[in-house]
Amino acid sequence: MSHPHNTSYRGDRLWLAAMVHRVSGVLLAAFLPLHFLVLGLAIEGEGQLDGFLQWTKTPLVKFAETGLVLLLAIHLLGGIRVLVIENMPWRDGQKRMATLAAAAAVCIAGVFLVALL
Amino acid sequence: MSAVRLYVWQRLTAVLMVPLIAVHLIVIIYATNRGLSAAEILGRTQGSVAWGLFYSLFVAAASIHGAIGVRGVAREWLGWRETALNRLMWIFGVVLLVLGLRAVFAVVVP
Repeated sequence: MSHPHNTSYRGDRLWLAAMVHRVSGVLLAAFLPLHFLVLGLAIEGEGQLDGFLQWTKTPLVKFAETGLVLLLAIHLLGGIRVLVIENMPWRDGQKRMATLAAAAAVCIAGVFLVALL
Repeated sequence: MSAVRLYVWQRLTAVLMVPLIAVHLIVIIYATNRGLSAAEILGRTQGSVAWGLFYSLFVAAASIHGAIGVRGVAREWLGWRETALNRLMWIFGVVLLVLGLRAVFAVVVP
């Protein structure tokens, strides 16, 4: 017999933080092989790598790169959040901390975008 | 591998990568600001033992962390069985490690 599950936590800010952490992790895992393959082009010479980097100068790729920096920053800050919760004494204001982490990640991506443009 | 071992490896690699990712983000922004090019990247990395060690450690930690992470997601969201989960974890981890170390070799060894 199945029990009805209480899913009222869904949509809660800390549930959202856990979800963002998970999805950003999966997306980073999917991106990493591509990242490594591109850098591996340097084996065939500087020209090969430069050829690819020229392609990254298009607006759409720049937009995607900003997204990647956001993913890395948000997974880092979300990860620190998990480590703090698991290893340090509980403290109040978890929701505010999660929001601050998200805001900080957006700021880091913003700085990247400014450097890019 | 036991769940506890996987958990400990996941968290140890996480802690290790906190400073590595912080440095990586700074380098990303710094290099992008200077106009990203092969010459810019290779000028920094080629022949550098320090960057070679930094990125090798980063690749190893990310491979372990990513493989265990993907395993956890496949277990909870896809409901995969143990055998399939372990296969996924090892294959993904080894592919990441090989591709990653190859990339480090590509940019560090002149």
